[in-house]
Amino acid sequence: MLAFFLLPLLLVFAISFASRGLYGGVRWVFSPSNYTMILDPLYLWIYGRSILLAFATTGICLVIGYPLAYFIARAPARWQGVWLLLVIIPFWTNFLVRTYAWMFILRTEGLLNTVLLDVGMIRAPIEILYTDWAVLIGLVYGYLPFMVLPLYAAIERLNRSVVEAAWDLYANGWSVFWRVIFPLTKSGIIAGCLLVFIPTIGAYITPDLLGGAKTMMVGNLIQHEYLVIRDWPFGSAISFVLMALVVLGALMYFKRGGVFEDVEGRR
Amino acid sequence: MKPRGWLLGISLANLLFLYGPIAVLVAFSFNSSRLSATWNGPSLQWYRELLFDHALLVAVQNSMIVAAVSTAIASILGVAAAVGLESLPVRKQRIIEGAMLLPLIVPEVMLGVALMLLFVTIKWPLSLVTVTIGHAAFNVPVVMVIVRTRLRKLDPHLLEAAADLGATPWQAFRRVTLPLLAPAIIGSVLLAFTISLDDFIVTFFTGGPGSTTLPLKVYSMIKSGVSPKINALSAVLVVVSMALVALAAALQRERK
Amino acid sequence: MIAKKAFSPPDHQIAKPYFPRSLGQITGSPRRAWLIAIVFVMSLMACQPTSEDGPKKAHEAQPTLYYFTWSDYVGPNLIEEFERQTGARVVVDTFGSNEELLAKLQSGATGYDVAVPSDFMVSIMMKLGLLAELNPAAIPNADLLLDRLQRLPFDPDHRYSVPYLWGTVGIGYDSSVLNAPPDSWDVLWDPRYKGRISMLNDQREVFGLALRSLGASINSRDPAVIDRAKQKLLQQKALVKVYTSENYDQLLAAGEVVLAHGWGGAVARAAVQRPSIKYVIPKEGGTIWSDCLVVLQSSRNKELAMRFVNYLLDGQVAAHTTNRLRFASSNREAKALVSPELRENPAVYPPDSVFERLEWMEDLGETIRLYDRGWTELKLR
Repeated sequence: MLAFFLLPLLLVFAISFASRGLYGGVRWVFSPSNYTMILDPLYLWIYGRSILLAFATTGICLVIGYPLAYFIARAPARWQGVWLLLVIIPFWTNFLVRTYAWMFILRTEGLLNTVLLDVGMIRAPIEILYTDWAVLIGLVYGYLPFMVLPLYAAIERLNRSVVEAAWDLYANGWSVFWRVIFPLTKSGIIAGCLLVFIPTIGAYITPDLLGGAKTMMVGNLIQHEYLVIRDWPFGSAISFVLMALVVLGALMYFKRGGVFEDVEGRR
Repeated sequence: MKPRGWLLGISLANLLFLYGPIAVLVAFSFNSSRLSATWNGPSLQWYRELLFDHALLVAVQNSMIVAAVSTAIASILGVAAAVGLESLPVRKQRIIEGAMLLPLIVPEVMLGVALMLLFVTIKWPLSLVTVTIGHAAFNVPVVMVIVRTRLRKLDPHLLEAAADLGATPWQAFRRVTLPLLAPAIIGSVLLAFTISLDDFIVTFFTGGPGSTTLPLKVYSMIKSGVSPKINALSAVLVVVSMALVALAAALQRERK
Repeated sequence: MIAKKAFSPPDHQIAKPYFPRSLGQITGSPRRAWLIAIVFVMSLMACQPTSEDGPKKAHEAQPTLYYFTWSDYVGPNLIEEFERQTGARVVVDTFGSNEELLAKLQSGATGYDVAVPSDFMVSIMMKLGLLAELNPAAIPNADLLLDRLQRLPFDPDHRYSVPYLWGTVGIGYDSSVLNAPPDSWDVLWDPRYKGRISMLNDQREVFGLALRSLGASINSRDPAVIDRAKQKLLQQKALVKVYTSENYDQLLAAGEVVLAHGWGGAVARAAVQRPSIKYVIPKEGGTIWSDCLVVLQSSRNKELAMRFVNYLLDGQVAAHTTNRLRFASSNREAKALVSPELRENPAVYPPDSVFERLEWMEDLGETIRLYDRGWTELKLR
C-alpha cells in the first residue's frame, strides 16, 4: 500500500538530492551555493514576476468569474446543469489547442488585428502576441473555469432568506453584494483563488507559447535550466523553492478547514 | 432578482470569451489560405493533410496506449489506496493523504523534472514506458481522492451487514464495497484517462526516442509555425472532447 | 493539468449531477456502467489508424532506426527511400538547438541511433563518450566530402562524425521594406524595426552575433567582452519580437518580421513564398557551421545506423535534400545535381569571398558557464 505513494515522494526526494553538486548534469558534491544563487535579484525577480502574474490572473478571473457564477447559481435548477456543462466543456479540450487559439487570434497577422484593421479602428497592427499581456490573457482563459465552479458551489449554498433580508436592509445592490453576499461566499472565493493561483505560478505552456521565449515565468526557467543550460542542481534548487512556496500556500488553505471537510459540509 | 439584465449580459460575454477562440480556430480550419486570417474560400485540404500525416497518427496511437495503461494502473493503485487508508488510524490517514496529494499541488514542471531525474538516477532509459509510469504517478492521487470521497459517504452498516451474513473481507469488498464505489471509480477513470491524453509537460520530460504523444506532436507543430493544419487538428480534438462530454452527459440523462 | 486534478474533490461533488450519482443510483446497473466504460475505452483504442496495423503486424521483427535531428531537417520523401531499401522503419524526433540535443541525451533519452549535432557539439559529445566510432567501410560516401569540410578541427579523421549539411548564419530581410541591404549586424538594433525583428533561440548564435558586432570572436573567452555582448543584447531585447529557431522563415514569409537572424537555408525557403526576402552576411562576419551525422554509442543497431548515414550522404539523396531543405550538402558531387537556381543562391552556397570573415564555433569548455548565465539573464529580464 505504501509502495505507490512512495513513487511521487521519491521523486521529490530525488530533487532534493540533486540540488547539490556543481557541473552540468549532477556531480555529487555537496554545495549549498545553488540556493544562495537563487538569492540573486535576477532570480528573485522571476519569482516575483510569476507571483505577480499569478495574482493578476487570479484577480481577473475572480472579477470576471463571480458574475457568471452568481448568474448560474441563481438560474432555474434545470438550467444550472446546462450552464455548468457549458463552462466545463472548454476545459475538457486540450490545453495546447486552447493556447494555440490565442496565438492564432493575437498574432500580427491574426484575427484580431485583421478585423480591427479592416474595420478601421486601428491603423497599424497591435503587437500583443509574445508579450506579457498575451500570457495574461492565455492564463486567464485557461483557468477561468477553476474559479467559476467553486464560486458557484458557494453561491448556490447561500440561504435565500438571508439574501432577501439583505435586500430589505440595503437599498443599494452594491451594498447587498459587498456586505452580505461576498462575505458569505468567502470559502468559495478562497477555494477558487487558490485553484487558480497555485497552478498559475508554475505555468509552463502558456508563457512558452504566448511569450515568444521572452516572457519567462518560473516554470519556463526550470525547463531552461534543465534542458538548455543543463544545470540540474540549480534547476532543482529553483524547483524546490517554487514547490515550497506552493505547498505553503496550499497548507494555509488546508489549515482553514481542509478540502474534504469543505466538500462534505456542502451536501 | 433585479440585476438580472446585466448579469445575463456578463455571463454571455464570459461564454463568448470561453468559446470564441475555439470557434474561431474551427472556423478557420476550413480556410483555404495558408497564412493569416483573411478568409479565402472554404477548403478541406488541411484535413486531408492530417489524414496523411503518418507521424501524427503514430502520436495518436501512442497517446491512446499510454492513457489506457496508465489509467488502468492508476485505478487499481488508487482504489487500493483509498480503501487501504480506511483501515489506518485517522492521524496517519491525514498524513498519508497529504503526502499523496503532493503530485496534485506541485507544479507540473516540477513533477516532470523529478520523474526525469529519478529515471536518470536509476539509469532507466526514457521511453513510452517511463511516460506511462509518469502518467500513472500523477493519476493515482486523482483516483484515490475521488474514490475516498465516495468511500466516506458509504454507510458502514452495509459492510457490517455483509460481515454478519458470513462474508470474508475480500468477498465483502468485492460484492458490496466495489459496486457501491463503482460510480466514483468510473468517474475517476474517465477523468484520469482524459488527463493522461491531455498531458504535455510530464510527457515532455519523461519521453524518449519515439515517445511522441499527441500533445507533444501538437506542440512541435505549433513551434514550427502557425498553420491551418493545426487549426484542423484542433477542430478534430475539440469535436472529440465535446463528444466525450456529451457521452458522459447522455449517460447521466438516460439514468435520470 | 495539475489544476484539473487539484480540482477533483469539489468538481466531483459539483459534477455529481453528471456522472457518479446518477450512474450509481441504479443498483443493478453499476455493472452495465462498467461495461459501457470498458467498451468506451476499447473503442477508443480501436481507433488506431488502420495504416499502422497492416505493416506493423507484418513486420513484427522490423528493425527500427531512431533519428534525432533538427526540426529544419525533416521533410517528406527524404527517408522513405531508405525505408523501402532496407525494410526498416525510421522514427524521427527533432530538436531546435544543440543544447537541447545534449540535454535530452543526458537526461536518459538513450535509444537514438543517429543524431545530427553541430561542429562544436560533436567535440563535446566526443569528450562525453556519447559517440560510437564509425566504420569507414560501412560509409563509403564519406569519402566524397567537399575539400572545405575535410579535416575539420573537432574531428579531423572523421572517426566519430561525418559532415552532413553546412552553411552560414546571417540576416534574412525583406528588401521591399529596407531601402538598402543591411551591411552590419547593428541593423538588428535599429529602432525603426522595433517589434519586427526575430532572433534565433540559440545561445551560441545570439552571443556570437553580438560578439562579432563588437569586433570579437564568436569563441571569445574574455569575461569582460562577453559581458559587453550581454549588455548589448539586453539593449536589443525590447526591439525583438520573438526568439525562435524554428519558425522564423514563416514569420518572414508572412511579413510579421522584416529582419530575421537565421540559418541560410530557412531564409531561402522563406524567399520562395515571398520573393522580396533576401539573405545577407554582414561585414563583421559570422558563423560557418556544419551539422554532422553521428552514431550514438548507446545505439542498439549501429550497423543499420551507419547504413542510414551512408544513405543520407549519397549524392542523389543529398541533392534531393538540398533541393527540398535548401541547405548545402557536404557531398561534393551533390552540387552538380542540385537545381541551378539553388547553386547560385548565396543563402545556400555562399560565394568564396565571404569565407574569410566566417568562423567555426568551438567548444568552450568551462567558459560556457559565462554564456549560460548571460543567456539566462537575457531571457529573464
